[in-house]
Amino acid sequence: MSTTDHSHDHDHDHDHDHDHEHEHDHSHDHGHPHAPISQDEAPGYYDMMETAVRELLVEKGLIGPDEIRRQIEVLDSRSPALGAQVVARAWVDPAFKARLLEDGRAACEELGISFYDDTQLIVLENTETVHNLIVCTLCSCYPRAVLGLPPDWYKLKPYRARAVSEPRKVLAEFGTTVPDDVEIRVSDSTAMVRYLVLPRRPEGTEGYSEEQLAALVTRDAMIGVIPVTLPEEGLAA
Amino acid sequence: MITKPSAANTLPGIVRAEGEAPAFAPGDKVRILTRAPIGHYRVPTYVRGKTATVEAVMNAGVDNEQEAYGRNAGSRRHYYRLAIPMAEIWPGYGGSAADGLRIEVYETWLEKSTA
Repeated sequence: MSTTDHSHDHDHDHDHDHDHEHEHDHSHDHGHPHAPISQDEAPGYYDMMETAVRELLVEKGLIGPDEIRRQIEVLDSRSPALGAQVVARAWVDPAFKARLLEDGRAACEELGISFYDDTQLIVLENTETVHNLIVCTLCSCYPRAVLGLPPDWYKLKPYRARAVSEPRKVLAEFGTTVPDDVEIRVSDSTAMVRYLVLPRRPEGTEGYSEEQLAALVTRDAMIGVIPVTLPEEGLAA
Repeated sequence: MITKPSAANTLPGIVRAEGEAPAFAPGDKVRILTRAPIGHYRVPTYVRGKTATVEAVMNAGVDNEQEAYGRNAGSRRHYYRLAIPMAEIWPGYGGSAADGLRIEVYETWLEKSTA
């Protein structure tokens, strides 16, 4: 496949990263309700390289501003809410679940989820005896077609290094204690395939609708760092 | 994923091109090579030299380590989903003996394990 190399996700979502950095930069009790939102830091090496390459491509007429905007719209249309609906469908429809585990991409495509990055998808089912966790040790490969952009911690070296060397400690830091008789399987995405964890359906959800189930499923549960749980007492719908 | 020909329906006399048929099958023991080339490589160093079991044959694709440089990436070959026990990778691994890693590795990085 000719797009294989492009499918390896190196991060170019600078705008998003900068938003996060600036969100935490200012306190709220210094007279001004908010610090002005501006780019104070000098752009880094890769920021400049990205800008230079983008401008060259536009200048040479290879891509245009509309194509760049369209691609951003594609990325922004993907979020954990999509993955949550896939999981909820699998919980209520055994035939769909079987197809999802057989070929994750084809089953998601049934729901209209396109794989714009031409990656494949393997869906990993958590059971009483197996707990799955996903990581990309090389960079930040992530099932973007179904979950959108990865969280910052997923892209940083501590998670990437430790998820494959001491997964139980990493899970414990997320508050997840996996019993010793449950096997931990860490899937490291390196090339063409992305992974999505199918979490266990929590007990006590027998009467839930598909929509109610989807509302329980979080991004972190589909990465495999936490289980899906019911809302705290008193917050239940 | 990939369509497996069923032995019962296979017509005789068909010769496959180089790399067209997967070199390894599920259950095979393989060793990940210990090459240390300079450049863009998809096999993380922490698994090089480790022995693994083929769990599944994945889709075929061109060698993206060549394609990354715009070089002729050659014929399509298969990726394999490999299973490696954590204890094989990390001698002092502190978790359960059943814990394991799954990783996809391109055919050119694998050889049959004699271990």
